[in-house]
Amino acid sequence: MLDAIGVEDEEELFDIPEAVAFDGEFGIEPRTEREIRAECARLLRRNDDLTEFLGRGHYGHYVPSIVDHLADRAEFITSYTQYQPEITQGFLQALFEYQSMLVELTGLPIANCSMYDAATALAESATLADRVRSTTGDVVLVPEQLRAGKREVLSNYCDGADLSIETYPMDDGIADLDALADRADEDVVMIYAENPTVRGCIEEGLAEIGEIADGTDALFTLGSDVIALSVLQEPASVGADVVVGEAGALGMPPAYGMGLGLFACAEEYLRQVPGRLVGAGEDADGMRAYTLTLQTREQHIRKERATSNICTNQAWVALRAAIHASMLGPDGLVDLANDCVREAESVAAAIDDLSGASAPVHDRHHFREFAVRTDQPAAAIAGDLEARDFAVHVIDEHLLQVCVTELNVGETDDLVEAFAEVL
Amino acid sequence: MIYDQARYTREEENHHEPLLSEKGQETVGPGESSPLPEALTRDELTLPNPSEPEVARHYTRLSQMNWAIDAGPYPLGSCTMKYNPKFTEDVAADPNGAVHPDRSDRSVQGTLELLAGLQEYLAAIGGMDAVTLQPPAGAAGEFTGILIAKAYHEKQGNDRSEVVIPASAHGTNFATAAMAGYDVVELPSGEDGRVDFEALEAAVGEDTAALMLTNPNTVGLFERDIAEIADLVHDAGGLLYYDGANLNALLGRGRPGDMGFDVMHYNVHKTFATPHGGGGPGAGPVGVVEELAEFLPTPHIREVNGSKLGYETYEPEHSIGKVHGFAGNWLVLIKTYAYIARLGDAGLADAAAKAVLNANYLAEQIDLEVPYGPFHHEFGATAGDRDAADVAKGMLDYGVHPPTTKWPEMVPEAMLTEPTEAESRASLDDLASAFNRAYADSDEALADAPTQTTARRIDQADAARNPRLSWQALGEE
Repeated sequence: MLDAIGVEDEEELFDIPEAVAFDGEFGIEPRTEREIRAECARLLRRNDDLTEFLGRGHYGHYVPSIVDHLADRAEFITSYTQYQPEITQGFLQALFEYQSMLVELTGLPIANCSMYDAATALAESATLADRVRSTTGDVVLVPEQLRAGKREVLSNYCDGADLSIETYPMDDGIADLDALADRADEDVVMIYAENPTVRGCIEEGLAEIGEIADGTDALFTLGSDVIALSVLQEPASVGADVVVGEAGALGMPPAYGMGLGLFACAEEYLRQVPGRLVGAGEDADGMRAYTLTLQTREQHIRKERATSNICTNQAWVALRAAIHASMLGPDGLVDLANDCVREAESVAAAIDDLSGASAPVHDRHHFREFAVRTDQPAAAIAGDLEARDFAVHVIDEHLLQVCVTELNVGETDDLVEAFAEVL
Repeated sequence: MIYDQARYTREEENHHEPLLSEKGQETVGPGESSPLPEALTRDELTLPNPSEPEVARHYTRLSQMNWAIDAGPYPLGSCTMKYNPKFTEDVAADPNGAVHPDRSDRSVQGTLELLAGLQEYLAAIGGMDAVTLQPPAGAAGEFTGILIAKAYHEKQGNDRSEVVIPASAHGTNFATAAMAGYDVVELPSGEDGRVDFEALEAAVGEDTAALMLTNPNTVGLFERDIAEIADLVHDAGGLLYYDGANLNALLGRGRPGDMGFDVMHYNVHKTFATPHGGGGPGAGPVGVVEELAEFLPTPHIREVNGSKLGYETYEPEHSIGKVHGFAGNWLVLIKTYAYIARLGDAGLADAAAKAVLNANYLAEQIDLEVPYGPFHHEFGATAGDRDAADVAKGMLDYGVHPPTTKWPEMVPEAMLTEPTEAESRASLDDLASAFNRAYADSDEALADAPTQTTARRIDQADAARNPRLSWQALGEE
């Protein structure tokens, strides 16, 4: 090969001036495959084997084996963005199907084929609001109770668009509608609400929030997740303009926060959507075929006028979510969602029976998770629970949060027993 | 190479593998079985309800209708489609790593130690002092880096409004600068394809927050004046940002930190061989020099000296906050660690050598002209008076994936080609043969191509004019 090029040594091919060349060493010792597997396994065994009752935006649900087996097929996982649609119909169709499932779950006609996670999807909805709303305002209204990480991501996207974030208060775990109505005026470009809320409360005033947003021409962005959406009020029916949230609740095991951002919106924002869209068209034989479409929104064509800078996304996680949803079917999905309501309520009731704690803190219906008020400092109780191999959230001085899914439902009695010991 | 991609087609139907929805859907009433009051539940849910064997067959067929690096060459320029070592998947699948991000530091010491180790590897490879692993993709890394630059200038009390970007840069650079609230100053390419130093001198000034540079650039050319460029930007008080998309060419031979770059992102799905997954997930860690470390996203991971706790998460003093809801794409990061550990110093340097050798060898074998050089790991061939997009469609029929087409614009009818170190000589010869056959094919043949893929030529303009983005939209017709 060197002969064909006409050089004697491949070093001749490098055109790096001596002054900036690196001839040192990184100090990284190569290891064999076997050694690295052993090394990483040894490291990860140092993670304590806790039963996690953790949620707040990252959810552990059981992922059927078939998801790994199909999604790990090399034809899927070792492919890339479908710049040549004729030879990548398979992935395009899978993403088209994923989009369609989100269209059904949200009731909104447009869904993209992924953002990074719920936080970045929320942030992208704010910049969308900035582009599509004719109000002169620059305020994004978010609930007072919002995961801090989500708020921080939103804030970073808002800064560049000269948007500011304000909060509206909660009324026992859900939106305080009177306060929200008082604050909503022409300054507000977007109202964000969650269902369920970060504390697991099922929002009861969605239609009213939709009307408030409508009344001031603010965009109504609703945050949720793919499992909750299968049983809770359909976002389109309550006037949501955009739905964002976590779609990795299907398809992904707990993965230290790695997720899949859900993004769906009304038809009128089609040309302002961030991220990739797969559309159906026809090939030269008149056969239905799929392709990335409306790419003039995107950074590789529109550059600084693009709707977002997103390029690499979470396509493979979207494939996993779609396979998981297919396996469940609508019945399985609804059963799973209804269990999220029943189990949370039953574990909350059991904790409420103990002295030294009350749950749920908010007198609302709950989905998956709920807050617990403790007489003793919450951090100390969480520490004591961790010593008994249970992980729960500490959300305030005297507040814990507990999340129940099918991954830990078999150990809820043990959790309650541990609570009884440590309260 | 004769190539035939899978098609599953019933004669009477106008599509190949049916949509899941066409195989059968079911409508349920979620409220009926729900413990919730009716007002809080939806009325109906209609979704496909295939059996497990049907799911297996559907997705297996779809996979057969999809090109992948494991099937053959995938030389998309600037995408670095390397082979993805299989053992990294097994490392990532360790159930002990499947933990929630809100776990206490003391209960996830293994995860933190592994991530801290990766921070160190990446810092050494980039010549940087500190690295965050939070950005979930290259573009998110760019956004992080530019937010860090902005925070730095703000702390200095400087209000700078512009980011300078060469015309040949990735589109993400421009979009990122705009998202961070900066005006973009686009720099024309010089005659030799590199940064036009005089144009740069004219563009850089007291409003310059940063220069974003890809090096080697997007046709594989090393910016020989990088030391002077760095001085120019620094003298004006600006920062130098390194777009890591082409880092694969430099491994072991040059480090952005040594060249004067202050902040950079790494595309681990490119340089460090984590699978591209049909479009993602990737990860875009960001490295910074010491002076910028206080601005890194929160939480950051560090080793704790003299404490029983080995590693901890903390918020850097002037952190920009967060760019991902949690800690980024963990499953991708662990594969990155495994890949770097497998190669070590010598293997990483060897990857760059082979990548550059392969690109130069392939360029010698093709009949298309390559206007700029000497190039490194990728080259911008020109299809001349042929349409690059048509030549690419022709290549699809010869058992390879074509290069990136019609970009960057400095090369007319560009075919930006990056074979990576993964390809053998035989496979490079297949690739060259596909190039040359398609390039020599008649206009009529190219217009008719591809014929061997699942779909024939797709009318993308029509798909965009008449957007149908869901099976529901198809059903309305």
